[in-house]
Amino acid sequence: MNVERWDPGADVVTVQRGPEPGGAGGLYRAFGETLRGLRTTFGRLVEGPITIQYPEEKVPVYPRFRGRHKLHRFEDTGLEKCVGCSLCAAACPADCIRVVAAENTPEERVSAGERYAAVYEINMSRCIFCGYCEVACPFDAITMGHDFELSDYNRTDLIFTKEMLLAEPLERTPLRTEDE
Amino acid sequence: MSTLLATVGYSEAWWIQILKSLVIFIVGFSMVPLALMMDRKLLGRFQGRYGPNRVGPFGAMQPMADIFKLIAKEQFRPRTSVGFLFALAPGISILTACVSFAIVPFGNTVDIFGTQVGLYGIDPSIGVLFAFAFSAISVYGLMLGGWASGSKYSFLGAMRSAAQLISYEVSMGLSLVGVIITAGTLSLTGIVEAQAGSGIWYFIPQLAGFIVFMVAAFAETSRPPFDLPEADAELVAGYNTEYGGGRFASYYAAEYFHMIIASGIAVTMFFGGWLLPFGIDPPTWVDPIVVLVKITLVVAIFVWVRATLPRLRYDQLMSLGWKVLLPVATINILVTAILVVST
Repeated sequence: MNVERWDPGADVVTVQRGPEPGGAGGLYRAFGETLRGLRTTFGRLVEGPITIQYPEEKVPVYPRFRGRHKLHRFEDTGLEKCVGCSLCAAACPADCIRVVAAENTPEERVSAGERYAAVYEINMSRCIFCGYCEVACPFDAITMGHDFELSDYNRTDLIFTKEMLLAEPLERTPLRTEDE
Repeated sequence: MSTLLATVGYSEAWWIQILKSLVIFIVGFSMVPLALMMDRKLLGRFQGRYGPNRVGPFGAMQPMADIFKLIAKEQFRPRTSVGFLFALAPGISILTACVSFAIVPFGNTVDIFGTQVGLYGIDPSIGVLFAFAFSAISVYGLMLGGWASGSKYSFLGAMRSAAQLISYEVSMGLSLVGVIITAGTLSLTGIVEAQAGSGIWYFIPQLAGFIVFMVAAFAETSRPPFDLPEADAELVAGYNTEYGGGRFASYYAAEYFHMIIASGIAVTMFFGGWLLPFGIDPPTWVDPIVVLVKITLVVAIFVWVRATLPRLRYDQLMSLGWKVLLPVATINILVTAILVVST
């Protein structure tokens, strides 16, 4: 068998060691390293803070960020895309989606299909933001949005109804641009 | 009475003394929240963040908020504590800190409305020994606080603090002897005047003494990297474990006050007090501002070192104090003495 030995080559990094601690060399090294450390921290002072002042300035999210859900309508007709098939509820691992379907009537058309979602609720305190509902949806009626500020004072307020999910979010979360 | 006053470099009328002590008290206590704020803000900047900036403009009201919170808290006392001493100990700490501040000179004797007033609390002929005397008494504040809490953690913390403070006081005292020998006087104003006379600030000829003094001052004021009395990340808080509210605030204020005093002594002994470099000779009313600015800069060094160095292990702390700083300070004294005598 001719096994070629792996040649680490340029991957090897030689560790530079100073004098052993203790004695005059150690003292000199400790002093020198102290000054080096002081220079490093002073560099941070000159650079300035890198903190993002969160409530005032927000970190832009990536386009595929999975935030709060959105339900969609057709732009031309204004009908809801959701047909109340409950596939999202079936796909949901946290079991946080509740869909109650109802028949569309010619007098009152809500969705483009035969049926529509009379009740569509997502319990945001249960949701794990996995995005399976988005994947399961055959009509792209539900997608994950970019909102992540979902805290509230009551659990009941975290159950989002269909109207809330259809509405535009009150505040836009900034989206990351190409070069960010 | 006259024999008592004779030991003081310049004695003034009693009402001037009272006014001066009030002014020093007020100036000292306004510097404590400033130092606190500077510590937190500057430390933040050294770590690439802002530090407190929510309370008031630029977070300037943060120390007020902290102090108000502490004072508004309930006065709690453990059942096993010794009541009187438990309440007295923070008082000792803050009192000794205030008294030490009296010797930091903010300027020479000036003429205010025809009255000769020295811009310092007192200028005793024993000079810096006065500060060391009270810094030794402040150890009682820690020891009594730790012991009177009636808690073993407090007691162990007090022992830890006392051992550290006493060890480093030796090196701190010896590091200043070189300056005293060079200046030929113990009086702090005298030392500043000697620096004006020699035309060179003593941190250059006394560089070894200066470094030893600064390292010992970090340890004396329990600042990082020598904050073993507190060691927030790894130990129970130390002698002030059982303290809360206003009493804790006293200890905390005393700690920052000690830092300001150490900076004040460093400025006086090594950085020429109210003098300015390059022969600039401003009017006398600038002198206190010069001293305050210099003290602020030295406090900034304290914060800088805090942001940089990791905490020492306890045995390293002791061996640094006794095996490195003490010999260096002693050799510094010997060399200085030989040079002063031979020239």
